[in-house]
Amino acid sequence: MNAADIPILSIMLAIPMVAAALCLFVRAELARPIAVGATLANFILGGVLWISYDPAGAQWQFTESAQLFGPIGWKLGIDGISLTLIMLSVFLMPICIGASWNSIQKRVGEYMAAFLLMETLMIGVFAAQDLLLFYIFFEAGLIPMYLIIGIWGGQDRIYASYKFFLYTLLGSVVMLIAMLWMIQFAGTADIPNLLNTDFPVQAQTLLWLAFFASFAVKMPMWPVHTWLPDAHVQAPTAGSVILAGVLLKMGGYGFLRFSLPMFPEASANFIPLVFGLSMVAVVYTSLVALVQQDMKKLIAYSSVAHMAIVTVGLFTFNQQGIEGAIIVMLSHGLVSGALFLCVGVIYDRLHTREISRYGGISVNMPKYALLFMLFTMASVGLPGTSGFVGEFLSLAGSYKVSTWATLIATTGIILGAGYMLYLYRRIAFGPQVNADAAAMQDIGGREMWLLAPIAIVVLWMGVYPETFLAPIRRDVATIVDRIERAAPAGDSKLMAVDPTTARFRVAHEPKKDVAEGSH
Amino acid sequence: MELNASLSLVRPEIILSFSALALLLLAAWMDQAGRLISILAVAALGAAAALTVSLLGSGSSASAFDGLMVNDAFGNFSKLLIYIAAAVSLTIAPRFLEKAGAMRAEYPVLIVLSCIGMGVMVSATDLISLYIGLELQSLSAYVLASFVRSDGRSAEAGLKYFVLGGLASGMLLFGASLVYGFAGSTNFAAIGLAMDKEVGLGLIFGIVFILSGLAFKISAAPFHMWTPDVYEGAPTPVTAFFASAPKVAAIALLMRIVLEAFGSQVLVWQQIIIAVALMSIIIGAVGAIGQQNLKRLMAYSSINNVGFILIGLATGTEQGIAAMLVYLTIYVAMTFGGFVCLMQLKDKDGNYREEFSDIAGLSKTRPGLAAAFAIFMFSLAGIPPLFGFWGKLVVFNAAVAAGLLPLAVIGISASVIGAFYYLKVVKVMYFDDAVDVIAESDDKVLVWTGGILAAANSPLGYFAIPVLGVWTAVAAKALF
Repeated sequence: MNAADIPILSIMLAIPMVAAALCLFVRAELARPIAVGATLANFILGGVLWISYDPAGAQWQFTESAQLFGPIGWKLGIDGISLTLIMLSVFLMPICIGASWNSIQKRVGEYMAAFLLMETLMIGVFAAQDLLLFYIFFEAGLIPMYLIIGIWGGQDRIYASYKFFLYTLLGSVVMLIAMLWMIQFAGTADIPNLLNTDFPVQAQTLLWLAFFASFAVKMPMWPVHTWLPDAHVQAPTAGSVILAGVLLKMGGYGFLRFSLPMFPEASANFIPLVFGLSMVAVVYTSLVALVQQDMKKLIAYSSVAHMAIVTVGLFTFNQQGIEGAIIVMLSHGLVSGALFLCVGVIYDRLHTREISRYGGISVNMPKYALLFMLFTMASVGLPGTSGFVGEFLSLAGSYKVSTWATLIATTGIILGAGYMLYLYRRIAFGPQVNADAAAMQDIGGREMWLLAPIAIVVLWMGVYPETFLAPIRRDVATIVDRIERAAPAGDSKLMAVDPTTARFRVAHEPKKDVAEGSH
Repeated sequence: MELNASLSLVRPEIILSFSALALLLLAAWMDQAGRLISILAVAALGAAAALTVSLLGSGSSASAFDGLMVNDAFGNFSKLLIYIAAAVSLTIAPRFLEKAGAMRAEYPVLIVLSCIGMGVMVSATDLISLYIGLELQSLSAYVLASFVRSDGRSAEAGLKYFVLGGLASGMLLFGASLVYGFAGSTNFAAIGLAMDKEVGLGLIFGIVFILSGLAFKISAAPFHMWTPDVYEGAPTPVTAFFASAPKVAAIALLMRIVLEAFGSQVLVWQQIIIAVALMSIIIGAVGAIGQQNLKRLMAYSSINNVGFILIGLATGTEQGIAAMLVYLTIYVAMTFGGFVCLMQLKDKDGNYREEFSDIAGLSKTRPGLAAAFAIFMFSLAGIPPLFGFWGKLVVFNAAVAAGLLPLAVIGISASVIGAFYYLKVVKVMYFDDAVDVIAESDDKVLVWTGGILAAANSPLGYFAIPVLGVWTAVAAKALF
């Protein structure tokens, strides 16, 4: 690894932190460029990370280790899964800052500081290799998000901020006890070591439930999803983007990093629970989304439905399903982030989230209508967009495990098409009944700069997903190998040899890398 | 043992005793010397603290006065914490007391006297010396609580504290007499030997009474009722003092007596400690929710925190004791920080304000103060990455290591209830509309103390973990 000497991950953590401290002490006119500069610098570093990451190299790359805080080791390192999620974070961050450029006018310095702090913590979650360090980053994110919702949120922001904070805190404190037990059992807090520790099967059940309590709330899974619509609706646009784009992914990342490889037997035993909750979530939240009058609430409920497809994919115990789940996470991060930005664009003009206050705006906002349609289609899962790739893979994977769960979860795509197209029709098409909506300006340069990059990546992921699959393939294969011993039998009675899957299982056939490592 | 050798082991107490007497004489001859005497008292505490620091890392322990007291790492660590806390309470007090017209020389003298008592408490290895130390500390504290004589609330607080404290001392003394009667000795080691064989009903009664008396002193539920009233009524610097030094001393004393005297029969007291710990956590958290007065809120917060500290004691292991000492250290920093912020809440006429409604929108008018206050609140709630999280983590880690999983799960879940009211403080300061009653602080000492404590509670505090870990581990070893 060529960049091993430079502690690039520490630098990526430090840049937003320093910028956050600066922003607290400067005027609004200066805080905005500082925030944009810091997030762009981090994005560039992310690019360096992406380029120098070697998909065929060591499992953990860019590792750093220092015993700074006694029992808490400052251990960082990433594998392909972390890499993609870090990229998602650093990609969305400058867009969030840009989206808040004009819409945030009060306490700008503090706002930017909270967002930059959030970025440090998000990167930290995905890069931490010490269990306690992970927990610190994971939990610490509550504080800036609490402030973002509470200070810059909408009408009911205080209720929403409390609910967000206490719900997620209650979910994760029990996980801390489980972590302490694990550290004592294994004698180390080092995540790579813990990944290869076999915990006793009886203990796994309790540990799995403790982790589940935390990640299910974060994800969020039905029935503990109720904090999400409130938090989304009340948060400022950029807050919603980060919440949907990255924070929800921490739940999926947690399942992938901890629950599955550390407690394979327990995970297998709890498949019915996870699939059951996911099936309910897909159908129930999709139907709820269908009747929403509030744009943000609708997208929030659609998030819950999409995350349910992620949980289905993760607990398939096979390569396709897990890869699919990761791609859904990335895709949903981009698409729902973009959808919230789209809502933000018209909210900035009309200051209402009520769907019926708009209508026919494709006449006066053609560019906006085009982009909005692209993201709508990506959310539905139209082939050629990122949504299709992920959902197809994870549902194809889950078919091997449970045909029923797949059947129900797939209705989510149909229902998704229902509520998203209905939303699009009510906003963009039809007669222009509201004069003020008809008089809105089309999107300007700044807004174009925010939405166009996401649109490009969404299409890229849809047309050539290999770029995003290459870095994660080997790491997913490692997890699949690890949990193979507990893999469920499945009820679909597939043929003995599945040529497509075999071809993509490169973990045992390194020579295939020539064709596939070309990201 | 030779008297000289014994005397050399209690040098910090001797220094403080002579200083207290000298300062009292000085006060008799000089009018309006409150500030000067405060400075001299801080110097005396500093000298005493310096003597304890040198012994922190060493595991040596020496018994003095035929087993009445001991000089060991545990006592020295506790004393260092107590002296520092007392010195801080002296430093932040003058302006507050001057405003109340009560900056008299007795304030530093009483604090120094109380420190002598606390020093005896944490190094006592005999029920007699324990009681002498406890009473010396308590009597000074009763006077301190009613120090602003002209204020009705302060006088009421002192009286309440005195009556209820007297009751608790009586219970403790009754328990001590039972233990003496059934174990045949007042010495901790001898009691421990007697308990090795067989524990009769009389001895158990004695232990229960001693623990009840001490639970009162550390304001653990169900003996916590005095705390909110006394905290609210006493002058704020005195409240800060009550919440820190005497609490450290009483908890250290509890640790020593439980482990050295009753250590061989863990099952006898463990369930009591678990019950008291959980009750304190829950009552402290639930009781705080309805409070409108910030000092009362801090009182419930201290009840809540004592519950978490006691979880470490419930384990009865060396790791648990070390964890308690870590938590105590962080707790002192957090709670002092909270009170230092409270003391800066002055309106434009210079009156001290302490209601929730006064700090509405504080982040707009006094951003620095609000940020510091928010740091202390999140730290008290134990939210990472603030340093308060580390205290909770080590205590729960010890509980998990000792196999007390249900206790750990219930305790940490109850901490979420506590988070609610800490969040409320942040919510009022950051989310509500500004009322603009709080004026710019004119007391540089408070601003600086607050700043330093906020930095200590921020993630910067994590750099102290290695040193703290070594010292507390050595200190905990001394009890086993």
